[in-house]
Amino acid sequence: MAVRITTTPVRVTVAVSGEIDHHNAAIIRYEADEAIQSALAPNVRIDFGDVTFMDSSGIGFVMGRYRIVNSYGGNVEVVNLTDRIYSMMKLAGLDKLVTLRKKTEKGL
Amino acid sequence: MKPINEMRLKIESRSVNEAFSRAAVAAFAAQLDPNIEELSDIRTAVSEAVTNCIVHAYADTLGPIYIWSGIYENGVIRIKIRDTGCGIENVKQAMEPLFTTSGGERAGLGFAVMESFCDKIKVRSKPGVGTVVTLEKQIRGREQTDA
Repeated sequence: MAVRITTTPVRVTVAVSGEIDHHNAAIIRYEADEAIQSALAPNVRIDFGDVTFMDSSGIGFVMGRYRIVNSYGGNVEVVNLTDRIYSMMKLAGLDKLVTLRKKTEKGL
Repeated sequence: MKPINEMRLKIESRSVNEAFSRAAVAAFAAQLDPNIEELSDIRTAVSEAVTNCIVHAYADTLGPIYIWSGIYENGVIRIKIRDTGCGIENVKQAMEPLFTTSGGERAGLGFAVMESFCDKIKVRSKPGVGTVVTLEKQIRGREQTDA
């Protein structure tokens, strides 16, 4: 499990790799929030391209970041989702809160 | 019906064991020659059940989690995850999507995810005694799905 952060003036990108479960989510959350808070960028992109496993803790992670970013009017997009993770997020209704993009979608 | 093979595990309710327990059950399930999707379903469902034990059953304490799994002639796998923790007052409410007693970072989707990735789920719980979650899944395997 690792978190890679890249920041531009408009966006913080949090690229997560490995497995997201309740155990790992605490560390991922800490690193993501530190980057989001220290950057002045309004928007957050969460890149799931290298995530190999996720349970509902991953959904909680996205929801939590949405609450923070939405509180100051920013947008969250979650990109590079496998079909499986995409459908789990849809099941949770995350598509109503954040932009979800599957791995195959172009324009990234 | 008697299982053709079974296994038992006892782990401590430490969150680091979430990864171990789902990997262990998946390794046992591999005997049924599941496809990648089915294996992911099992890993995810076990992860949810074990996380519930750690987060809820033994919220402020450490306790044992008992995992039993059996595989059957007809390609069914049954997984039982049991704790002797606080128990659930209202099982029906606990199983409702988005219901959580944890707030904040827990989505309240553990049971919904287990339900969507398994064919059957049974939850028996008694406050102060513990909870048993039984999951059942028919493994169709590689031949049927990858052909």
